[in-house]
Amino acid sequence: MCAWSHPTLLAFCGFYVSKADTRLFNKASQVVLVRSDDRTVLTMANDFKGDLKEFAVVVPVPTVLQRGQIHVGNKALIDHLDAYSAPRLVEYFDENPCARPLYELSRAATPAAMRADAALERNAAKSLGVTIEAQYTVGEYDILILSAQQSSGLEIWLRDNGYRIPAGASSVLSSYIKQNLKFFVAKVNLKEQAKLGFSMLRPIQVAYESPKFMLPIRLGTVNADGTQELFIYALTQRGRVEATNYRTVKLPTGMDLPLYVKDRFPDFYRAMFSQQVKKENMSTIFTEYAWDTSWCDPCAADPLSTEELQQLGVFWLNPSSDPTPARANQTRLPVALQPRPQNVFLTRLHVRYDGAHFPEDLVFQETADRTNFQGRYVLRHAWNGTDTCAAAARYRVELTQRRELEAQNLALLTGWSVTDIRSAMKIASPPATPTPATWWQRIWRD
Amino acid sequence: MKPDPRHYQIAVLAALLAYGLTRLDFEVTRVQAVAMLTTALLTQYLCTRGFLATSAFDPRSALISGLSLCLLLRTNSLELAIVAAVVTVGSKFVIRIGGKHLFNPTNFGIVVMLITGHAWVSPGQWGNVAFFALLMACLGGLVVTRAARSDVTLSFLAFYMGLVFGRSLWLGEPMSIPSHRLQSGALLLFSFFMISDPRTTPDSRPGRILFALLVACGAWYVQFRLFRTNGLLWSLAACSLTVPLINRLLPGRRYEWSRPGIGSLVPTEVAYETTGSDRRSSRGVRVVASHAPGLLRFLRIQG
Repeated sequence: MCAWSHPTLLAFCGFYVSKADTRLFNKASQVVLVRSDDRTVLTMANDFKGDLKEFAVVVPVPTVLQRGQIHVGNKALIDHLDAYSAPRLVEYFDENPCARPLYELSRAATPAAMRADAALERNAAKSLGVTIEAQYTVGEYDILILSAQQSSGLEIWLRDNGYRIPAGASSVLSSYIKQNLKFFVAKVNLKEQAKLGFSMLRPIQVAYESPKFMLPIRLGTVNADGTQELFIYALTQRGRVEATNYRTVKLPTGMDLPLYVKDRFPDFYRAMFSQQVKKENMSTIFTEYAWDTSWCDPCAADPLSTEELQQLGVFWLNPSSDPTPARANQTRLPVALQPRPQNVFLTRLHVRYDGAHFPEDLVFQETADRTNFQGRYVLRHAWNGTDTCAAAARYRVELTQRRELEAQNLALLTGWSVTDIRSAMKIASPPATPTPATWWQRIWRD
Repeated sequence: MKPDPRHYQIAVLAALLAYGLTRLDFEVTRVQAVAMLTTALLTQYLCTRGFLATSAFDPRSALISGLSLCLLLRTNSLELAIVAAVVTVGSKFVIRIGGKHLFNPTNFGIVVMLITGHAWVSPGQWGNVAFFALLMACLGGLVVTRAARSDVTLSFLAFYMGLVFGRSLWLGEPMSIPSHRLQSGALLLFSFFMISDPRTTPDSRPGRILFALLVACGAWYVQFRLFRTNGLLWSLAACSLTVPLINRLLPGRRYEWSRPGIGSLVPTEVAYETTGSDRRSSRGVRVVASHAPGLLRFLRIQG
């Protein structure tokens, strides 16, 4: 039992870690939110690589969950969702101007992680006003559903049971208790974990029915060291998901970029995202992808199959209607050949947050917007032929201008120095625009 | 003569729309905005000069409705945007009780569109800059136009802020949470341009304050008890149904754009006539109940 004596309590959607455990600090969380009517299936993933007995996760949930409402999922599904929806690069090759585009793609960097997990012991909790509503072992996790009357009681109970609660958490717990939320607390059951033989923690999934369409992030910001990163994959029937209490904007997309970005795409993506966060004063949620999941154009990865979507919790799908997934590297299919819509719309949201800029939990709404959107960046390869027609001469002049525009685009998107970009592109700075003569200079020209 | 507050409102809304389209990524296309504005004006024209021919064509209210629709309503369908504008302005001429329209047109149009499921409102799409600029413009508007019916706006804001702050205090939340919730451009638009509509709010000041309280409680309930979005809009639409009753219990002089006034309480028995667009539909004379309950009498004295 002493093995469980000091788990660090991690709050869902960010997490706080005690000072001793900063080595465990993972800055990114991934969440899949499946939602239709008032039904929600929430999948929480993490890539925690530390000592498994060292952490625990607490998630405020609207209802007491029964055993059947909790499931342990497959991380590969979230990786697939990530790859499918990540910002992408597209390449075009200029054709001979004297006498145009096919494209291939590479895909973006994928985000990272989250943490999950928890630990507790059943104690005489009644005196503290804490009720253990239920406890289960699901997969490699020991799970408790707690309700409490007082945050102080809950805090004492958690501390007594070996959880480190950061200063400041009490008031947040208190407000959740008053809203009649329950607490889902999970830790790793080492025996089960060893028996199952998984090297990484698998995502925890919970299904519940509640009008609340939100993600609790406040616990995670209480004691956080710096900002945190959160990726939300919302799967819905009607259309795009957006926040109702924060601005939701689309990432800049469709720009032409210098060719060398191909080898530095993850760097570009990180820098570009940071720059956009800065531009919006870190108070905005970004839409990175919004698409019907039955197809993609271009595809950064195959669309998810009906089975995969069902495993992620999409409960309205009919298993017999599995459409043929589109293949990667495809170009747009003729409409007749496009797979039937699965009636699942994916919105990928990305937010960098801290307590100062995101004081309240994220609240969402599903809109009727089915407009497709993707973060897509374009590389255009020049035509290097030697033809000498008039069109070729014109093309070469335009090419120089285009290269400069690409450098400017990249500088604008990422905040990188345009001089550095030019030198990486091996292009010269454009000649300085001559200052127009002043009116008096135009009078006396001698 | 005092300036017509609608001119100021049109200027503020138009500037806000231009800013929203260019800087805030409002999910409304220029084509959609032009279509909604044109349709709103055209509907107003047809209803006043065309087949109804009731009165002179006055584009100002329709323009305000159209601009508000552009700022709040989102849909993928151009056809639906046009229908929304027709429903919005048309509702003024169709849904009337006692010679005046019942619903704030924009509110009605948006709620109907929300029910269709093909339109939505994005209450979070306002940056801080837009919020504070709009706040200044709205408060400035109160001063510049000395709007006769600012009482409903101010009392609504006071009640709603009280409820939002009160809930947070009860929950022990930091005050940054209710402050953040109230920093919504949609809330300002609602408070200064929708609920304040002098033609659809109760006629007397006590009536309007009671109305503001009802709308604030309803909005809070939808938002924080039912956990649904657009509580303000649903609540205003529902509470508008109580206006005839409030006017009966707490009567006042009906508002006319040409004769702005706070709608001081009328004697227990009063006859008044309507002008302008109400000429045709009004019965002209209305008698108010002569024996109001004690509480209402008290409220009248306060008003």
